[in-house]
Amino acid sequence: MTVTDQVSRTAARIDELRSEGRAALVGYLPVGYPDLEGSIAAARQMVAAGVDIVELGVPYSDPVMDGPMIQRAVEHALASGIRVRDTLRAVEGVAETGVPVLVMTYWNPVVRYGVDAFARDLAAAGGAGLITPDLIPDEAGEWLTASQEHGLDRVFLVAPSSTPERLAMTAAASRGFVYAASTMGVTGTRASVGSDAERLVADTRGAGAERVCVGLGVSTAEQAAEVAGYADGVIVGSALVRALVDAESPAAGLDGIAQVAQDLANGIRGARR
Amino acid sequence: MTATQDQPAPQEIGPTTQAAGSGPYFGDFGGRFVPEALIEALDELATEYDKAKADPEFGAELSRLHRTYTGRPSILTEVPRFAAHCGGARVILKREDLNHTGSHKINNVLGQALLTKRLGKSRVIAETGAGQHGVATATAAALFDLDCVIYMGEEDTRRQALNVARMRLLGAEVVPVTTGSRTLKDAINEALRDWVTNVDSTNYVFGTVGGPHPFPAMVRDLQRIIGVEARQQVLDLTGRLPDAIAACVGGGSNAIGIFHAFLDDADVRLVGLEAGGDGVESGRHAATISGGAPGVLHGARSFLLQDEDGQTVESHSISAGLDYPGVGPEHSWLSTIGRAEYRPITDAQAMEAFRLLCRTEGIIPAIESAHALAGAMQLGQELTVQGEDPPVILVNLSGRGDKDVETAAEWFSLLDEGTS
Repeated sequence: MTVTDQVSRTAARIDELRSEGRAALVGYLPVGYPDLEGSIAAARQMVAAGVDIVELGVPYSDPVMDGPMIQRAVEHALASGIRVRDTLRAVEGVAETGVPVLVMTYWNPVVRYGVDAFARDLAAAGGAGLITPDLIPDEAGEWLTASQEHGLDRVFLVAPSSTPERLAMTAAASRGFVYAASTMGVTGTRASVGSDAERLVADTRGAGAERVCVGLGVSTAEQAAEVAGYADGVIVGSALVRALVDAESPAAGLDGIAQVAQDLANGIRGARR
Repeated sequence: MTATQDQPAPQEIGPTTQAAGSGPYFGDFGGRFVPEALIEALDELATEYDKAKADPEFGAELSRLHRTYTGRPSILTEVPRFAAHCGGARVILKREDLNHTGSHKINNVLGQALLTKRLGKSRVIAETGAGQHGVATATAAALFDLDCVIYMGEEDTRRQALNVARMRLLGAEVVPVTTGSRTLKDAINEALRDWVTNVDSTNYVFGTVGGPHPFPAMVRDLQRIIGVEARQQVLDLTGRLPDAIAACVGGGSNAIGIFHAFLDDADVRLVGLEAGGDGVESGRHAATISGGAPGVLHGARSFLLQDEDGQTVESHSISAGLDYPGVGPEHSWLSTIGRAEYRPITDAQAMEAFRLLCRTEGIIPAIESAHALAGAMQLGQELTVQGEDPPVILVNLSGRGDKDVETAAEWFSLLDEGTS
């Protein structure tokens, strides 16, 4: 392993964009919706349309942090027989575009695969790291070791309810960036981004985090622009998934994804910083 | 006991045995595998619970409620006509079925409702499978004037329509959950999503000894009264400790409740009976320890039913209350260290025990508890008579069978043509 492997590509990309004066657009899609190849194509399409960092979701039977839109897509993916190993194929397919590809996964699929084995295979597939919505640093001993060993990002979440002590602990344990949940709740589109978000970003930085991206409830260009005004990245999921779910055909889905991603990217580029 | 109706002795909440852990871990099991957004609420709950445990007023209030509302202490009933089918053993039932609301669930919810008040929260949520925990929670919410929302899989609302009506009569809102397998596990997912969103105003009254810390230790402590009472009652009745204790295990709250006071009594066998459904080998069962593997579900590391990708597998049981693919972490630990043993009871075995208790003793048990009765029938054949005394088996009769009459009538074809 070389020294450069130890530098987070995700962090490097965020820093690069920061020097260009803008925040990163992080786009989420679940693997296997509408099918494996379709989800790879959709992720590549959103990269072409301006997404800077990709987040690929591992379909899981009990997604407690996800709202109805993502639940529905994931249920469809599982019912059609998508496997955890398909996620690694998808990572390979999307990483070819050159953008950092993070995998968003609930913890049990990784436990079952083997934490070190999953880290090894994710790194081999060209993945940048993991976002872990139901794994807090307190429980992450094995993952801290494995991610270190394989040079992977550890994106943990903070919430408006997190205490200063937990913000500091989470910031110190994270690699790549810290995921700030904009509001108390689950994924989904909302009329407005919580006012808690800006304070949480400031507090998380104050607790030692170098890069903080904001997710949950960001769906429009206006919301993206607003968040890009104070955060290092804007994470969008349900709005992109909706473009696929609502589409009448796979081709229309790809067009829809491109449209949504482009709007969001324009919003971010227009943000005042 | 010298306590009177007006001034009962405070319930001793905390565990006193050497073996008892207070979490977050029971060996390798337990922990907190939940979104960060819930950590503050779990910490707050754990802190308030520790304070309550140390506060004599809390124990006194709980004890008063149990005496004047639940109907505690619950009695023991020796069942010789049933025991005739259990080798040469004496069989003694701990009658949790006689509690208000019809099961052991009330022991837990009254404690958690008192805690909700102490936390200054005005709303409770809960998951329910068969509806027993939902009914108990709705009952406590009515008593304590709390808003109450119960999540129940859509499939279960159909199977247990009468319990849905009971909860609504008690003033609770019942939300049918239409995601996933539409059963208990999905109801828990939906309750967790509600809690993440409304944690400021809301306490999650978890129904079993599972979930993230502090629930496994806290619910265990609140159910522990079953075994504390039973241990003394059996001593009074027989002059000695039982040879074995049989309890059904879904999530495992009634089992841990009766096991716990006996953990340090090394000669007392603790036997958990899991729902074997059509048989563990059929794949259609809910025998989590007998047929599952360690993993993470609903906030804790424990045994669970999962496929090779770690996706939760749907469970199957004739008993809706045992139809859950997970189990409390302390049971996984007790199994791993060999202190308790777990074995599956099939639907057919449970229903045979159900029929026998009805016909020999005039007691209609919950189908959940019938699994424990079937376990006693097996244990009775296995235990050997030592000296002149026959072996003694204590069974936790965790609930009554009123809610199961329709299922039983179908199983035994008791309905005349055209009456259903």
